[in-house]
Amino acid sequence: MELGAPLDRVEGWDKVAGRARYSGEQRVAGVCHAVAVQAEIAHGEVLAVDATAARAVPGVIDVLAYGDAPALADTSDFELAVLQSPRVAYRGQIVAAVVAETLEIARHAQRLVRVTYDELGHDVELTPDHPGLYRPEKISPDDPPDTGEGEETPAEVSVDVTYETPAFHNNPMEPHATLAVWEGDHLTLYDSTQGAAAQRDALAALLGMPAERVRVVAHHVGGGFGSKGVPPRPNSVLAALCARRVGRPVKLAVTRQQMFSITGYRTPTFQRMRIGASKDGRIADIEHHVIEQTSTAREFAEQSGVVTRMMYAARARRTTHRLARLDVPVNSWMRAPGECPGMYALESAMDELAEACGIDPVELRIRNEPERDPDSGNPFSSRRLVECLRLGAERFGWSSRPEPGTRREGRHLVGMGVAAATYPAAARPAQALARVADDGSFTVSIAAADIGTGARTALTQIAADALGVPVARVRVEIGDSALPYGPLAGGSMGNASWGWAVLRACEGLRDGIARYGGAEPGLECRADTSGEIKNQEAYARHSFGAQFAEVRVDVDSGEIRVPRMLGVFAAGRVMNARLARSQFVGGMVMGLGMALTEESRMDREFGDYLNHDLAQYHVPVNADVLGIDAIWLDDPDPHANPLGGKGIGEIGIVGAAAAIGNAVHNATGHRFRRLPISPPSVIPHLP
Amino acid sequence: MRPFAYRRPADARAAVEAALDAPRAMYLGGGTNLVDLMRLGVAEPDLLVDVAGLPYDTIRETGDGGLEIGGAVRNSDLAAHPAVRRDRPMLAQALLSAASGQIRNAATVAGNLLQRTRCAYFQDVSKPCNKRIPGSGCPAIEGDHYNLAILGHSAHCVATHPSDMAVALTAFGAAVHVEGPGGRREIGMPGLHRLPGDRPEVDTVLDPGDLITGLTVRPLPFAARSRYRKVRERASFAFALVSVAAALDVEDGTVRDCRVALGGVAHAPWRAERLEEALRGRPATEGSYAEAADAELDLAEPLRDNAYKIPLARKVIVRTLAELGG
Amino acid sequence: MERGETAVRAEIALRVNGEERRVVADTRTSLLDLLRERLGLTGSKKGCDHGQCGACTVLVDGRRVNACLALAVAHQGADVVTVEGLADGDEPHPLQRAFVENDAFQCGYCTPGQLCSAVGVLAEAARGWPSHVTADLAADGVELDEAEIRERMSGNICRCGAYPGIVAAIREAAGGGTAR
Repeated sequence: MELGAPLDRVEGWDKVAGRARYSGEQRVAGVCHAVAVQAEIAHGEVLAVDATAARAVPGVIDVLAYGDAPALADTSDFELAVLQSPRVAYRGQIVAAVVAETLEIARHAQRLVRVTYDELGHDVELTPDHPGLYRPEKISPDDPPDTGEGEETPAEVSVDVTYETPAFHNNPMEPHATLAVWEGDHLTLYDSTQGAAAQRDALAALLGMPAERVRVVAHHVGGGFGSKGVPPRPNSVLAALCARRVGRPVKLAVTRQQMFSITGYRTPTFQRMRIGASKDGRIADIEHHVIEQTSTAREFAEQSGVVTRMMYAARARRTTHRLARLDVPVNSWMRAPGECPGMYALESAMDELAEACGIDPVELRIRNEPERDPDSGNPFSSRRLVECLRLGAERFGWSSRPEPGTRREGRHLVGMGVAAATYPAAARPAQALARVADDGSFTVSIAAADIGTGARTALTQIAADALGVPVARVRVEIGDSALPYGPLAGGSMGNASWGWAVLRACEGLRDGIARYGGAEPGLECRADTSGEIKNQEAYARHSFGAQFAEVRVDVDSGEIRVPRMLGVFAAGRVMNARLARSQFVGGMVMGLGMALTEESRMDREFGDYLNHDLAQYHVPVNADVLGIDAIWLDDPDPHANPLGGKGIGEIGIVGAAAAIGNAVHNATGHRFRRLPISPPSVIPHLP
Repeated sequence: MRPFAYRRPADARAAVEAALDAPRAMYLGGGTNLVDLMRLGVAEPDLLVDVAGLPYDTIRETGDGGLEIGGAVRNSDLAAHPAVRRDRPMLAQALLSAASGQIRNAATVAGNLLQRTRCAYFQDVSKPCNKRIPGSGCPAIEGDHYNLAILGHSAHCVATHPSDMAVALTAFGAAVHVEGPGGRREIGMPGLHRLPGDRPEVDTVLDPGDLITGLTVRPLPFAARSRYRKVRERASFAFALVSVAAALDVEDGTVRDCRVALGGVAHAPWRAERLEEALRGRPATEGSYAEAADAELDLAEPLRDNAYKIPLARKVIVRTLAELGG
Repeated sequence: MERGETAVRAEIALRVNGEERRVVADTRTSLLDLLRERLGLTGSKKGCDHGQCGACTVLVDGRRVNACLALAVAHQGADVVTVEGLADGDEPHPLQRAFVENDAFQCGYCTPGQLCSAVGVLAEAARGWPSHVTADLAADGVELDEAEIRERMSGNICRCGAYPGIVAAIREAAGGGTAR
């Protein structure tokens, strides 16, 4: 039985030896380097690009700008219509590019490009009462912006509070890089992407080429967290344009600073929560009103309020989403878009309700378990939140939680917090090919992506299990759009989608071998899961979890440390225990950053995220991460997909910030409703 | 980054001469801040004079209990030196709280003193900054300044000095050895770093061509009881919001002497002279520490979004002194 | 054209993973770009190019440094070890083995820097160097407990959040193996 075993990462040795090649690291003869020139205004038009000085630098091959850049076939998405218009929609937008023989020359010449602008005033600041707030037609991925049901009734206990979260940047360790190689009218793009096939399709459409003439390769991807999703980022388009223009392979690596404007981020939010309940904590009415930003360059409506549509039982329920269209960089997916900021607000408000009712926060959640999905009315495929809460409470020692603001140990205030977690479990159609190789081993191919999730390893285990052979006899090929179609790594759907197709292909091959009477090299089976997925029964499919945190607040400095965190998850069948733990814990670490250290600070005057590097944007470091652990229930969900898995990439971050915030309240007695909770905000509220 | 020539002189005189050879020559030590600034376009030298290999890489204990520290000594070597760890914990702690192990292994003592502010506007060449382009304006005053100065700033600049080591050295009153076009001289700390006034582009009192060859830290026996406390936004590898270097000499419950300097609050490492004066001769109690801290922090003029630094500095000063005095 | 726009080139000789290398390079070339773009050693990663993430960490004359902040021209004659040089032939370095076994990475992009940094940490601890969390600065030796490892490894950011595995791997290697 290979499924579930704690196998080492199959590409682990390549990674520790430095052999794993990420995009831009392939060796190609005649490669040159491109560097993007970015707009220095937040709103307006490019009047002229003077590249005289840049072109005069020995080693500069070409400079591209609006007016002389190769044309794109599809300019409907402004963010991707790179160099196709003089319009500037945000500071940091790509307005030109320099191509040179070496990176040093390209970076120097980049600074010599003189761009003049017709500058219009900009509006970059999200406020809760922004005059331009509007209701989007739909929220991501494809849901109504507003919902409402039931009649509001007078409540015995009520909470009406607003939470504020800042912008957050994904900041995968590998900056987006692309190596674009044209051979005749074929384009190969070695690209940092979470979905080679979707990236190929998107690039082909932009360039006006049939998809067969574009190939996207991403064997190893240095993290993504949504920022390397599809639609692509403008840097991929720019690399293709530069390579076509100069007729040579072009390498374009986005700098860390540039990532803060062109590779996406999570919107800041204001979230008003209104909950009315009976004294015994049963929710009568619940409302979640979300205010977020979007860019004039492309709309993205993060679905932060959806969690309130399905999480708890209530008689009346309202959710709304309003956006301000600002002159800001394009916000997009970041780990658990929607659920992550939404559950911060909902689970913080639940903590406030528990306090108002005088009920233990774990018990409050148990009392409000719905019987069916309140949103769809469908039964849950499985919902084991209560077990997660109870098991976590027991393991964490929840019963020793102090009264708010009462536990002091030396110069520290100590407290505990809890929050629930949830994330939808879905799958998308995929194709896979399983084949008997010449040496009698098995090769399984699918355009999946391993961005650090362990997908390559899990798919190997799924295939071995289905074929009934040891994992050593299975080789899984992924990360190439030339392979059978696989959807992108996102929405915690990767393994469910790819694994399903791999399972069917391997089952088919196994049958074929049985019929043939042996594993004859060349025998193969292709699978396509689109039909099965279309005919899935109507269930509400979600993972659930419970997050517990203990914090210590330094009464002198306001510094907060998290000595213990425990996540308990019910996330379907776990394909590889070791890698799953890493995924859960990794999400929790990112949630810790969200709670305590991370914040992208908008510069009102200039309109960009000011702290655009890793010295100023504080991703948690090793010393911030103390005793974090994750456990899970044995929870195969037969209604989710044939593998019983539900996806684990995102639920680890969901609820983590609320658990920490609730613990800070428990420690200090003060409720902080704006993230991050860091010394500047904590200091005024300490004894 | 502009193209630049590179030279590696054999001694300090040759280095000074080389530095005067080119209009925008700069000395290169470990490069941990200079290369960073060159890549940002903030520093644009046409010549780098590499002084990391000059024979100023030793630490010598003087007979009277003082220390002579070469300018090219790496931060990690200074932090690991027994005489620093044993007799001057606040200096060791300041060094060890700074940056990362990798950076400390490369960064030199002289370069640490001369690193430049991490103000976000200074580091972004697409924006105005009086320190980078005199007269262009200071967007931080109305803009984002939550981690900028509360003391000694001007209408032209509200930047802070980023060094931790320099805060401890300022508390010690270290002397900086300079080899310059006019010969050798010594500059006391505080005194090396300027306040911004109307010339924020000038960080220090050094003249063109001046090379820091080393430091003297004179004996300060009571500094064996000293501490560096740094408050930051994550547990490690971040610049200070506020930091305190403190040494306390208590006898029979009375403060006989003390040294206190603050980091993260001003354009220069800030020697808390008023605090020291207010504390000498007073009982070693939290009440005295708080009063003395207030004497210093009364000088603070917080900006719109950094007033939190006053109570933060006060609490951390009091706690640090209480731990030393207890 | 402004004066001084032409690249200044210098011949740089150094030893990389035990091999003498001689390259004519732009004075602006960082040690990291020299390794990645000129010598084909892409194991060392570029996560920030400003010494803020540690992905580029290599060992120079036995010390861990950020290769992105090191100018190649200033490292004439240096002895450089990158992740590609940690193994002893086919035998992985104990830290490499421990990283795989403790799942001390996910995407793997910070991993080469983590490994080189960890080699440096073991050597620094062996020399008795204290850290910010060392309680007794004057003590001669230092035990690499979890708090010490976390602090000393804080110059290496891992966005996947594999820190618990990294700490476990280094503890294991520190206990069993010896610093190279």
